[in-house]
Amino acid sequence: MKLRQGAFSYLPDLDDSQIHTQVQYCIDQGWAVSVEYTDDPHPRNTYWEMWGHPMFDNPDAAAVVYEINECRKQFGDHYIRVLAFDSTHGWESIRFSFIVNRPKEEPGFHVTREEIKGRSMRYTINSYAAKNPEGKRY
Amino acid sequence: MVAENLNTTKISAEKIDLHAELIESGVEQVLLELDNTLIGLEPVKTRIRETASLLLVEKAREKFGLVHESPTLHMSFSGNPGTGKTTVALRMAELLHKLGYVRKGHLVSVTRDDLVGQYIGHTAPKTKEVLKKAMGGVLFIDEAYYLYRPENERDYGQEAIEILLQVMENNRDDLVVILAGYKARMNTFFESNPGFRSRIAHHIEFPDYTTEELLEIGNNMLDQLNYSFTKKAEQTFLEYIDLRKAQAHFANARSIRNALDRARLRQANRLFKENKGPVDAQKLSTLEENDIRESRVFSGGIDN
Repeated sequence: MKLRQGAFSYLPDLDDSQIHTQVQYCIDQGWAVSVEYTDDPHPRNTYWEMWGHPMFDNPDAAAVVYEINECRKQFGDHYIRVLAFDSTHGWESIRFSFIVNRPKEEPGFHVTREEIKGRSMRYTINSYAAKNPEGKRY
Repeated sequence: MVAENLNTTKISAEKIDLHAELIESGVEQVLLELDNTLIGLEPVKTRIRETASLLLVEKAREKFGLVHESPTLHMSFSGNPGTGKTTVALRMAELLHKLGYVRKGHLVSVTRDDLVGQYIGHTAPKTKEVLKKAMGGVLFIDEAYYLYRPENERDYGQEAIEILLQVMENNRDDLVVILAGYKARMNTFFESNPGFRSRIAHHIEFPDYTTEELLEIGNNMLDQLNYSFTKKAEQTFLEYIDLRKAQAHFANARSIRNALDRARLRQANRLFKENKGPVDAQKLSTLEENDIRESRVFSGGIDN
């Protein structure tokens, strides 16, 4: 099951030149772009591992694409995403994020149903991959 | 034979006006500016013009689908201090941007300290940080030979060199590296780092300025600051340049700038000493003979 998180996730995966164009847009808006990765793609897992510092002062997107590729070399079987943080007053949050790398196989999520109080149901989801210990998930 | 070749490569009948292209891309303007604002440096200007033509022809060939190699643009600028290497590098960045070979055209100027770390594991991130900052533009490494310290085996400079070479090769489309420094030391640097020599296509030498050129530069500097020489002062300044050139640590245009700064200092001092009542704009902006003549250079001392 393909993970649908962030922008463009219903499109075919972006190639490097498309990533470059999107990142360049972010930089031109004055946003700080950063790269993050994880092997626990649960939708509530907001904070992924940071790949280096956010890049505040690179005028060109090639630097970000370079870092993405460095990250892919080490974590090719993880999810990698690009974030763009807008620091302007009133926003001060992530404006834009999209996935740039995903594992070869994405087993998806298991729905757990729990009966509570009579016939009420409670639902939660778990990633199949996240059952394995960290580092052995994909 | 020729006709056959034409058929096989399917050359389009379209034509391209190189000269129009030159003006349209804004390159001509940068070149003219270079000619007008920089005094002397004829060999440098010719080389830059040649490089610009080559790049423009490459672009045109690309348009027609002819075989073209994305050219290596890394350069080395060698010359004595104060011969305009940094200034030309700035112009070069602008030029490459206009020609479409770098996307942003900014210049990141660094020295050894910005690239090499102080402890193990510090160098690689530092160098990469700088390289990332320079992507889409030009990385100018001043006094590049300090990166290589053969006398210290464990020097981290070598690590920086390796990363540099790797990025210069793999990310050729992303940034252009210009190495700069004194000629003799650059040569030894290239000899001991053959990797650099082969990755750098353009070696540009910056000649020393002649006395007349230096005077012209001095006049330009004064002009920008709204000062001027009297006729006599100009003669004295010529003498000064000749004397100063023979001394150690002569740094061409930079020495001229320093000499003028000191002359302005003496002029200000003189105006106070004379104390002949109110002064006018004319008086405030004229450097006289004595303002130059009082320099230590004339009494055999070093002025710096």
